[in-house]
Amino acid sequence: MTTPILEVKDLTKFFPLQSQGIFSKVKGANKAVNGISFTLNAGETLGLVGESGCGKSTAGRTILKLYEPTSGSIIFEGEDITNYSPAKMKPLRTKMQMIFQDPYSSLNPRQTIGSIISASYEIQKITPAGGVKLAVQELMERVGLNPEHYNRYPHEFSGGQRQRIGIARALALKPKFIVCDEPVSALDVSIQAQVINLLDDLRDDFGLSYLFIAHDLSVVQHISDRVAVMYLGKVMELAATSDLYKSPHHPYTKALLSAIPIPDPILERQREQIILSGDLPNPVNPPTGCVFNTRCWKAQDKCRTTEPALVHIGQSQVACHFPD
Amino acid sequence: MSVLKVENLTVSFPTPDGEVRAVNDVSFTVEAGETLAIVGESGSGKTVTNLALMGLLNSHSAKVSGSAVLQTKSGPVDLLAIDSNDLRQYRGKDIAMIFQDPMSSLHPYYTIGDQIIEAHQVHNQVDIEVSRARAAELLGLVGIPDPESRLASFPHQFSGGMRQRVMIAMALVNNPSLLIADEPTTALDVTVQAQILRLLKDLQKEFKMAIILITHDLGVVAGAADKVNVMYAGRIVESAKVFDLYANPSMPYTRGLLDSVPRLDRPHTDRLLAIPGQPPSMIALPAGCSFAPRCSRITEVSGNRCLTQMPELTVRGDGHTARCFIGERVSQ
Repeated sequence: MTTPILEVKDLTKFFPLQSQGIFSKVKGANKAVNGISFTLNAGETLGLVGESGCGKSTAGRTILKLYEPTSGSIIFEGEDITNYSPAKMKPLRTKMQMIFQDPYSSLNPRQTIGSIISASYEIQKITPAGGVKLAVQELMERVGLNPEHYNRYPHEFSGGQRQRIGIARALALKPKFIVCDEPVSALDVSIQAQVINLLDDLRDDFGLSYLFIAHDLSVVQHISDRVAVMYLGKVMELAATSDLYKSPHHPYTKALLSAIPIPDPILERQREQIILSGDLPNPVNPPTGCVFNTRCWKAQDKCRTTEPALVHIGQSQVACHFPD
Repeated sequence: MSVLKVENLTVSFPTPDGEVRAVNDVSFTVEAGETLAIVGESGSGKTVTNLALMGLLNSHSAKVSGSAVLQTKSGPVDLLAIDSNDLRQYRGKDIAMIFQDPMSSLHPYYTIGDQIIEAHQVHNQVDIEVSRARAAELLGLVGIPDPESRLASFPHQFSGGMRQRVMIAMALVNNPSLLIADEPTTALDVTVQAQILRLLKDLQKEFKMAIILITHDLGVVAGAADKVNVMYAGRIVESAKVFDLYANPSMPYTRGLLDSVPRLDRPHTDRLLAIPGQPPSMIALPAGCSFAPRCSRITEVSGNRCLTQMPELTVRGDGHTARCFIGERVSQ
């Protein structure tokens, strides 16, 4: 087993809710991430999936310390960075980067591609061998952009090309770990496949580790070695990709997999579908016991009172009283 | 008889950089009770096609030509030939539409009840209590618990999936013969998407209505459609029955789309077969086939024909047409 590059233990992130008025009081908290633990090995991709509001993006941002964690610990390359100040984080940021979901709002429209990608050299006061311009143009070429477009502005590029710019920016400092937050969900299918292939290649070439956050289980299956399924701020199941997709243990994982349409009319119309009733509960007042019990068809009294712990079933980790 | 027969629909927008032909010579029919899916990537013209049918394009900025004959309760009507005031008596009654974003398509200041009742009152000279009862009936049908009291709720009190249910209830309040659903589940989570697709299917049976389903998701199409039109750069490039299309895609673009989707039912192979390049600019469309610059099979056609001449839609089988010089079916 390789050494983990990242260890997350019981991480929580609560956003306090305040009442209106001058004498505002904290009247509760949005429990966006509510005690998640996992490790990420060097060169590995961990997929983090779930529906909107399950806390997957908050988890990604908290791990990079873009949000202050409420409790728990984040250990990056053996160093506990949970309580590091922004100044202390700065040198570490060369090793950890992020790719954002929306290629339209994550690039400054008034800056050229060259200055967007080279900004990290400036901030970290690093001069790459051969000069900044050469380094940036090499990166542009590597991600499939024309290096001659160095002085163009973001609006001159399509969505897929902009996402490539975001990827080049993340790679500039030769990081070891990248949080990819829904990197392909804003793209068309034909372009999406190009970007997934690019991310795949870059991981092998640069020896990267990804935390790959997405709601699309078929994309996650394609790129991840292991997958964690989140629901309402908690990890429901964590398993190797092939195990998770072949033999899901948690009812929520099953329902999620079954909800994904298969692009084949014969298979799609034959298969049994589990259709969950209702919507995601409010994370301010999550259900007691198992957070999934309000939508689970297997729920019994125990599920409504006692929260199941994440325990090993074979190679998988599952949080359920009645796993399959 | 066809509920809707569209012939030679063309929509263009004049812009300072030149004319954008968003929809180019599109013809299709929709039969009673069937679902026609229109698939394509962003900018392929699938939404503009349907906005034109609904008369929702700004007549100052969009030039629309062609015909679209809808069988209404009072006989056939060409939706593109009548003026917008006359169109109002059919819109919401014979042809209705649900939109992609359930968050922004309901009015935040009015209750759910007011909005559904208004849709009923516009087309029926009945007492408001009759409309209220009809609204409650529809809310119940789309699966909203306790419909009578939820009529007094405001849109913000509903989740995304529930709002889309409200939109569906509003669209169906006058028993339309054709429902246009423009990416109805794109903004929703997968588990909620499954609920809404099931609901649309059940309601289609109950109301015996035809549906035009606009989507980019080939999985959704596989489960919901009877017929499929694939659009690229404003044109229909392939049209077939759903089973035929997935088994024998005849246009390299359709094949490419099917190959580039990551699929759960297949072992995850090392690489996805992506289509290289990107869709063309609608202002400067290539001279020949719009897909030619990205097509991997262009060398199979002699004399650069693909780059100079636009292929016609030709018959490939029963109800199956495709726009490609390569006559034989693309092998699996």
